[in-house]
Amino acid sequence: MIRPLRVIVAKAGLDGHDRGAKVIARALRDAGMEVIYTGLFQTPEQIVQTAIQEDADGIGLSILSGAHMTLFPLVVEQLRAQGAEDIVFFGGGTIPPEDAEELKRRGVREIFTPGAPLSQIVEFVQRECGKRRQLVG
Amino acid sequence: MAKMIDRPSGLGAQPTAEFEQQRERWESAGAFRKPRKGPGSGALDRTISDLPLKALYGPEDVAHLDLARDLGYPGQYPYSRGIHPYMYRDRLWTMRQFAGFGNARQTNERYHFLLAQGQHGLSVAFDMPTLMGYDSDAPQARGEVGKCGVAIDSLADMETLFDGIDMGDITTSMTINGPACIALAQYVAAAEKKGIPRKILGGTVQADILKEYIAQKEWIFPPRPHMRILADMMRFCRDEMPRWNSISVSGYHIREAGSTAVQELAFTLADGFAYVEAGVNAGMDVDSFAPRLSFFFNAHIDFFEEICKYRAARRIWARHLKEKYGAKDPRSWQLRFHTQTAGCSATAQQPENNIVRVAYEALAAVLGGTQSLHTNSMDEVLALPTERSVEIALRTQQVLAYETNATNVVDPLGGSYFVEALTDEMERQAEEYFAQIEEYGGVIEAIEAGFFQREIADASYRYQRSLETKDRIIVGVNAFERPEDRGEIELLKIGEEIERGQAQSVAELRNRRDAGTVGRTLERLQRACKDPADNVMPHLIASVNAYATEGEIVQAMVEVYGRYTERAAF
Repeated sequence: MIRPLRVIVAKAGLDGHDRGAKVIARALRDAGMEVIYTGLFQTPEQIVQTAIQEDADGIGLSILSGAHMTLFPLVVEQLRAQGAEDIVFFGGGTIPPEDAEELKRRGVREIFTPGAPLSQIVEFVQRECGKRRQLVG
Repeated sequence: MAKMIDRPSGLGAQPTAEFEQQRERWESAGAFRKPRKGPGSGALDRTISDLPLKALYGPEDVAHLDLARDLGYPGQYPYSRGIHPYMYRDRLWTMRQFAGFGNARQTNERYHFLLAQGQHGLSVAFDMPTLMGYDSDAPQARGEVGKCGVAIDSLADMETLFDGIDMGDITTSMTINGPACIALAQYVAAAEKKGIPRKILGGTVQADILKEYIAQKEWIFPPRPHMRILADMMRFCRDEMPRWNSISVSGYHIREAGSTAVQELAFTLADGFAYVEAGVNAGMDVDSFAPRLSFFFNAHIDFFEEICKYRAARRIWARHLKEKYGAKDPRSWQLRFHTQTAGCSATAQQPENNIVRVAYEALAAVLGGTQSLHTNSMDEVLALPTERSVEIALRTQQVLAYETNATNVVDPLGGSYFVEALTDEMERQAEEYFAQIEEYGGVIEAIEAGFFQREIADASYRYQRSLETKDRIIVGVNAFERPEDRGEIELLKIGEEIERGQAQSVAELRNRRDAGTVGRTLERLQRACKDPADNVMPHLIASVNAYATEGEIVQAMVEVYGRYTERAAF
């Protein structure tokens, strides 16, 4: 039997807005994935550690505090440092379009902003994490 | 007309035979109707919070209501129709725009701008590190300094924030909770340095820690020690700051976290009751502090539901304070509230549409009898608002206040079959929640059991699903989209230099001040934290005056009280 895709939903920094993260976590779980929600106030180091320990296929990071240009790149850096770049790293939050483009250039696979349909996020995670699973096994 | 007095105390008049015939004709017309199909038609029978709606309301829906018991007159118990006899005819609501970004100097400039545009009071937004009790140079603060609000590390920043502003003349609302006692101490110290005595200071510090555990998640200490700090603050304000509101019991963030309107209403009032009980348990007479508790609600987009929420809130608070807590002072019965339009109803898509949403939401708040109002700026969903968008938001209130005439009649929707029936239904459902919370043993126990958090997460997921299925429509998001016009408005950016500058200035402050005094005041503060007979407030003011930083004060208190952690669930 194939193990279901496993995704970490994470909150970083001091940002307590967890509504979006919880909605996404439920939507991914309803789509048949295993979801681990880190809870609030995680450091980039902790998030990547959790993903490696849990053998996760993807990490979704939610930031609504304006600290996205600092925290997203720190997670990318940690993934590189740990040799875990195959983990699909995506995110969401109140992130202006030009910042989202810049973050994608710097290694974040996709950025979803308010109003993105759940179905679109679920499809993305299934597709990209599915590809990763085929490569990594 | 004689029939009208058959039920003299009731709101619903006895129907005449002619009226019954009219009703039958209306009902039989229903057999031929063709209900609307298409976008949004799935939600015709429910409010945005899933309260059931009928197509039409009539006398039969309010027949159980008693005019004197349930409505009364404005300015009289149970205050369903407003807390003042003449409401906005005598005094308009306070137009208070929440503002704060970057460093204290930048925010001070914005305050001068807002006051010059006719705003009445100030409302301070602090940045995340300040809200969580970290100085700007703490590792936890990286990337967050000055982003969501203004960075205030010490009294020095508070002095800059109010530079050139007469703190004895304006009222100030400070949205801060975990370290609220420190912000209040800084405010008092900053005013006294200008020679303004604390007893004339007017304003509010939010200090509503219970809703942090429930919804907003900006906590520091665990609930039980924090309730002691709040009792100290209530006592301090009672004795020394008679014009200050010690706690602003807030539903705003509960709603933003995804709750329904009824949950916002019920959980907020339950928190309010918990503060009343904390004060009474600390040995204070309820009438000595309850008049200084104020409220803060959300104004969401479901127009009538919001109006009914405010009316129900007033009635519930009055009834519980009088009947359950035995308050005798009418000021204890009066629920005074601030309103902010719903950030979560704003959209990043076609952001100009948010101006329209805000106007409707502001109208609901005014028809519901708010005492003060913040109207969101159209771009707040994308970033901190620009000066231009803040001005439009303030003008929205001014148009409402001076052009629409919506302010000329007190409680203009009072007596509406629909509004009275929905107000009553919301009160009934709130009472059901109070009973459930009681079963847990109280608010803190229900927080520890994850009750509120679960209820809110369930509601927000239900709402999100209704958008996916298009049972509910958000213009520009799941209908009437125009994908090419995203992000075309000018945005305010906070640069990295703010963080560097703020970190540097707090480091310089530590070198400049007398370290011995700082150490001694913090030691006394820790002793007060351990001694329930002492009050932490005077010791906080002494520490602040010695230029102890917020991070240092919080650290000293954490050593006594510990730090709260949440069991994460979704």
